[in-house]
Amino acid sequence: MILDLPKYKTTDEVDFVVIGSGAAGGILAKELSSNGFRVVVLEQGPYLTEKDFVHDEIKINFEDLLTNHPKLQPNTFRKTPADKAKPQRALVYGRLVGGTSVHFTANFWRFHEIDFIERGKIGAVAGSTLADWPITYADLEPYYSKVEWEIGVSGQANSSPFDPPRSKPYPMPPLPVKSSGVIFERAARKLGWHPFPAPMAILSQPRPGRSACMNCGFCLGFGCEVGAKSSSLATAIRAAEKTGRCEIRPNSYVHRIELDAQGRATGAVYFDEKKSVQRQKAKAVVVCANGAETPRLLLLSANKQFPNGLANSSGLVGKNLMLNSGGTVTAVFDEPLNDYKGYAVSRVLHDFYELDPQKVGFCGGGALDARFDMTPISFALGGLPPGSPRWGASYKDLLAHNFARTLEIFCHGTSLPVENNSFDLDPELKDAWGFPALRMTYKDHPDDLKLSNWLYARAKELLDAAGAVKKWSFPAQEQQFAVHLLGTCRMGNDAKTSVINTDHRTHDVKNLFLCDGSSLVTSGRGQPTMTIEALAFRAADRIRDLAKRGELAG
Amino acid sequence: MDSPLSRRGFLTQGLTGISAAWFATHWSALLSASTHARQAAKAAMPPKFEFFTLEEAAEIDAISARIIPTTDTPGAREAGVVYFIDRALVTFSSEDQKTIREGLPALHARVRELFPAAEKFSALSAAQQDQVLRSLDEQQPPAAGRRGRRSRQSAPSFFETVRVHTVNGFLIDPESDKRGNRDGVGWKVIGRDPAHMFQPPFGYYDKDYPGWQANPAEADKTKS
Repeated sequence: MILDLPKYKTTDEVDFVVIGSGAAGGILAKELSSNGFRVVVLEQGPYLTEKDFVHDEIKINFEDLLTNHPKLQPNTFRKTPADKAKPQRALVYGRLVGGTSVHFTANFWRFHEIDFIERGKIGAVAGSTLADWPITYADLEPYYSKVEWEIGVSGQANSSPFDPPRSKPYPMPPLPVKSSGVIFERAARKLGWHPFPAPMAILSQPRPGRSACMNCGFCLGFGCEVGAKSSSLATAIRAAEKTGRCEIRPNSYVHRIELDAQGRATGAVYFDEKKSVQRQKAKAVVVCANGAETPRLLLLSANKQFPNGLANSSGLVGKNLMLNSGGTVTAVFDEPLNDYKGYAVSRVLHDFYELDPQKVGFCGGGALDARFDMTPISFALGGLPPGSPRWGASYKDLLAHNFARTLEIFCHGTSLPVENNSFDLDPELKDAWGFPALRMTYKDHPDDLKLSNWLYARAKELLDAAGAVKKWSFPAQEQQFAVHLLGTCRMGNDAKTSVINTDHRTHDVKNLFLCDGSSLVTSGRGQPTMTIEALAFRAADRIRDLAKRGELAG
Repeated sequence: MDSPLSRRGFLTQGLTGISAAWFATHWSALLSASTHARQAAKAAMPPKFEFFTLEEAAEIDAISARIIPTTDTPGAREAGVVYFIDRALVTFSSEDQKTIREGLPALHARVRELFPAAEKFSALSAAQQDQVLRSLDEQQPPAAGRRGRRSRQSAPSFFETVRVHTVNGFLIDPESDKRGNRDGVGWKVIGRDPAHMFQPPFGYYDKDYPGWQANPAEADKTKS
């Protein structure tokens, strides 16, 4: 069936222009167009589909087929505002229709109650701007269930005693367990911990037009060639197009949101594929460009009324960046796991989600999972124990022996918000379109590093209980590379200490909404996409209600 | 001491993904390739290189064959790595051209320094070649942490550049258009089944898994 897809003129004032088509943008496009609104989605990357998703590691990791390209969009990095930032690749995100959800690992746990109320519970944390959310887990719960059923999440309800309450079971059973998962589950139980089947946004059963996971093994970093990964591309974008009211416009690089004399957003200015400037008119603008590009766009859109950046009267646009702490302990076992087969993660545990700061000496919490997310080249370049030969017959022997016998315990953890940690505009470096490049400033809160090392110690206990032949990790280091892009336009009730309200509406501009990782007030314990998508479903309901009440105009 | 990956080990283990039948058919050819490496490589050469001269190709081929040598199992040479590198240098890695073009004369200088009678790296014995490469191999610390894997080292050395390209060319998806991992030999060596579809059980530890059973009932919420 060929859909009759709408093509809007840039001079048509559509109801919504949505900037970004990833985890949040896809869902907002689908929900708003399903509610009768006319929607244009501007996506900076190309519109690829399943046939384009190959297993070529060079295309993925060296040519950035699916991700932001350092030549087009270079960036700089520094640790503190006192340093001069240097050009250094510091972040990766999906740059295509579907965004980062196309290539993510697909870990899909919900945030727990504590993530929304931690500040109130433990009090102020020195050196952190930790705050409570203006909404609670209970507010978001129906939307978590909605995500699971709408996009397809595999899992086992009530299998973890630490899980927050849920109104519905998962729509489909967990994916088949991997050898890494069995090793993890048996060892964790020996220690009295509570492993459970990892909730994954990957289909264990087929859905219309989508295959169940075939366990091809090229998962993290790759697009799914059979539509089993529940990306926005495979789910919400297709549904949005089916409404006949949503146009997905790829290769559209937005660099400015314009306001009229009344301070109302009039649409988005972007470069099309030919680098010609276009202006899409819209009654309201929804920015879902991710936790780096959303604040950058607001800062690029500075004007007379907002000289420090659009919707930035708080001065917090781009601030309070959180990346999630954590890292990997890797191990080798006697017998082949063949963990290269299948998706990445089959077992996880949340026993350490909520730790007592008095007992452990730091704030935060985390999770452990069992995984193997390396592909042949990434394994050969980075998967052997430290000190291993790097070439020659002994290197080759080690590759041949270890590839099938290696697993990783991934330690997921909190990042405490720190105001200086941020994305803003580099004063010197420009992107390929001549606009200021992203500058990242980041220095982990000391508690985040303590937490990571604490979790590595738990992972090593687990690996000892499992009988690993060899295990290794590196001491936690200050992070200089961002994958999770969180907190940079945080939600709150007070316009002085937050950028958006509980409707995702900016405090400063009535018809400008932000929804993506930037909205998060806390970082959870890793794995933010599920929460970003639940927020997107909720935001769509709020925005719909505002629009229907006529509250977006004027 | 026998390497765990001796040929016999391969033939009897059957767990690494290399089928005994495949090996039985190919091992004599592979040993022969090892012995007559340059001739074998030449015989398999397509008509022309896009970046290398034939002389340069022979030198890069010889280096890659020490990085992943032909042993009881195929190495970089059987995987056609030199063709992969040649293609890489005119496509996705053109920024490495300078490193390679300037690195080869430096390599020859080092060869003459260590072995005054020799002219070419490829003319040295394997042990001599390893000696030259060890002298070029400035140990680079491994990228710290998993996320560091993606961030590239700035200006890697000639040796490191050839090493990374050799690994890439040995293990790239054989279905890609990049001329590497010919016949999937790299994946056979590391035990990576090229199929696109797998069914559980996947490995040794999940084959007797009884299915998910709830955590013990007494396991109420505990906190560390």
